[in-house]
Amino acid sequence: MNILMILIPISLILGGFGLLFFIFTVRTNQYEDPEGDAQRILSGEYDDKPKQ
Amino acid sequence: MTATMRPQISACPACSAAPAAEALAEQAAQKDARIALSLPSIHCSACIVAVEQALKKVPGVESARVNLTLKRATIEAAPEVMPDQLIEVLDKIGYEAHELDAGTLSATQTDRAGRELLMRLAVAGFAMMNVMLLSVSVWSGAADATRDMFHWISAAITLPTIAFSAQPFFRNAWAVLKHGHLNMDVPISLAILLAVVTSLWETTLSGEHAYFDAALALTFFLLAGRYLDHRTRAIARSAAEELAALEVPRAIRIEDGDEVQVPAAQLAIGDIILVRPGGRMPVDGEIVEGHSEIDRSLLTGETLPVFGGPGQGVSAGEVNLTGPLKIRATAVGEETSLHRMADLVAIAESGRSRYTSLADKAAKLYAPGVHILSALSFVGWYLYTFDVRTALNIAAAVLIITCPCALGLAVPAVTTAASGRLFRKGMLIKHSTALERLAQVDTVVFDKTGTLTAGTPELMNLDQVSSRDVSIALALAEGSSHPLSRALVAAARAKGFAPEEVEGVTEVPGYGAKGMWQGREVYLGRAAWVGADPISRTAAWLKVGDETPQAFEFMDKLREGAEQAVASLIAGGKDVYLMSGDTTPAVEEMAARLGIPHWLAEALPADKAARVQAMSAEGKHVLMVGDGLNDTAALAAAHVSISPASALDAARVASDIVLLGGDLSPIGEAVQTAGSAIRRIKENFRIATLYNIIAVPLAVAGLATPLIAALAMSASSITVSLNALRLR
Repeated sequence: MNILMILIPISLILGGFGLLFFIFTVRTNQYEDPEGDAQRILSGEYDDKPKQ
Repeated sequence: MTATMRPQISACPACSAAPAAEALAEQAAQKDARIALSLPSIHCSACIVAVEQALKKVPGVESARVNLTLKRATIEAAPEVMPDQLIEVLDKIGYEAHELDAGTLSATQTDRAGRELLMRLAVAGFAMMNVMLLSVSVWSGAADATRDMFHWISAAITLPTIAFSAQPFFRNAWAVLKHGHLNMDVPISLAILLAVVTSLWETTLSGEHAYFDAALALTFFLLAGRYLDHRTRAIARSAAEELAALEVPRAIRIEDGDEVQVPAAQLAIGDIILVRPGGRMPVDGEIVEGHSEIDRSLLTGETLPVFGGPGQGVSAGEVNLTGPLKIRATAVGEETSLHRMADLVAIAESGRSRYTSLADKAAKLYAPGVHILSALSFVGWYLYTFDVRTALNIAAAVLIITCPCALGLAVPAVTTAASGRLFRKGMLIKHSTALERLAQVDTVVFDKTGTLTAGTPELMNLDQVSSRDVSIALALAEGSSHPLSRALVAAARAKGFAPEEVEGVTEVPGYGAKGMWQGREVYLGRAAWVGADPISRTAAWLKVGDETPQAFEFMDKLREGAEQAVASLIAGGKDVYLMSGDTTPAVEEMAARLGIPHWLAEALPADKAARVQAMSAEGKHVLMVGDGLNDTAALAAAHVSISPASALDAARVASDIVLLGGDLSPIGEAVQTAGSAIRRIKENFRIATLYNIIAVPLAVAGLATPLIAALAMSASSITVSLNALRLR
């Protein structure tokens, strides 16, 4: 059962990373235009570099 | 936009304690001239690219970004770039665009409340997944020390998460309880708190069942419902604010011979005000100088412009068409006829706010029921076992299982899907219960001018006029900005006519235009001016020398989709009425053209509202579609109301739904969508009840385990959401 002592912290830390990334995306306004982002991927316009 | 005119940025007192953000927004606004445009007709990736590229080609534009979700473009540009110029560019490539007030928009751009909810939702989701992982191990057989450890870890994750994520529920519940009422948030808060407390107690006693995962799942699902609800409303609200930002009320006051621009609110009785052609009267007054024609359609519904000269009275809201006018203010602010109209609205509106939404009705039945059931099971089990721990555990299980997870999602999931669908069609749902009310509609009342018609005239008898007369009229009309002249030019040019050579064309404000053609005087203008007998239709008359005047007849152009909208409503079994302030022949003709069975002409604003109220009194549910000031009282009196984006501010404020584009055809579809949305909501209530009927007896009997609670909760929430998605 000692393996739990390693696995549980690891799962929490990995999950915590996910949470931090999510908070980062919220702070940088990445959910302002979900429909536009879904449509933009279809256009060849931004293939070389993402539009800022 | 000056700082004083910017509205208060936040709606809640707590948020206004963030002056830093406000200052930042101000700085950004100063650095770059930011222009915001509303684009009601964009819908695809090709539109995004086309609009952005067209805007970027305009000199001075630094960047342009389209937001498809809000159907809006933000443009960073040098200060000399004018929005009108950009609108024209977009119009050329076929996209309708309207200017928005960037100052008002900055208030909605950072949606604090939405972001906060999303953050709480994310934290709850993260914690729920981790605790669920631990709980699954417990359910699948972890025992003794391992189980205790898992429970303790779960507690360590759950407590801070609940403290952070469930705050909105606690706050609402507390606010309601202070006033001695009950709402959905009370059983929610109680269930969450009770679940956490009993689970902690069980954990300290090395008990078998802990409901940490249930408390978190509850928080997560309910927050998801709240967030959906908030997002739908925030989009509607920001767009509604955009519409309000379309008109900035300003007036030009003559002070010692100088023209000074002042906010309309600062005008006083006796001020001399200059109203340029195309401008709207800011106050009630009397013309002291100048001749012109006045468009009163927004106030009265009349399509024919009225002649205006010195001594004549004008009302706030009327539009000056041809010549500059100086008016002396006789009534300002709340005394104007415009404001008296707004008072009518206030009276009518108080009658409508009585509608209770389906969600509120459900909550009223539900909240006391849940509490009683849970209290009864506590008392029952206590009397049966004399063990507080067992009784409390069972009471908590009952609360958790009955807790309105599915109910909390049932309404917002459906309204989000329905509003999203309607928004894509160009309709904006402003009011949260508008969809429910729209579903009940059995009678539809249309206004004519500006609603069924586009407010622009269309030349009707071009084929009956000799080509010589058309060419002369074209030459006379070309220099004028009068709506009839422009319609004449558009129609003649479309048929390929070229203007005759007419010399010395001069426009006589309020009358028409005159010139010299082959040595003869030619006139194009009002019937009385050229010496013709007026006819019932809107007409401009051409007189060549001493010949009999020739009439160019005009009819109001039908708005796009008007025919489909009326046809689909009639096909859907609704009673359709046409009510207008315009003359009887004009209204009768329009009713016949669209196949509307009932019509009412020359209706005063109060008549319209009274008719709508009479219909409501008969038990009918009236949908009013209108745009003018003369409609606002009727709009407010109706069960539910729709106005086009081109409508006056007051009309848009009074209506529940705003049509963003020029097309009327979505109205028929909106009624259908609303109907199916309500069916989905009711289905969702039934699904939620079904789960409760199965799970509650188990809980009351003390047979519920955390596993059963988790299954019932997730299964019902997911079913309800999937059912809502069928609407898309």
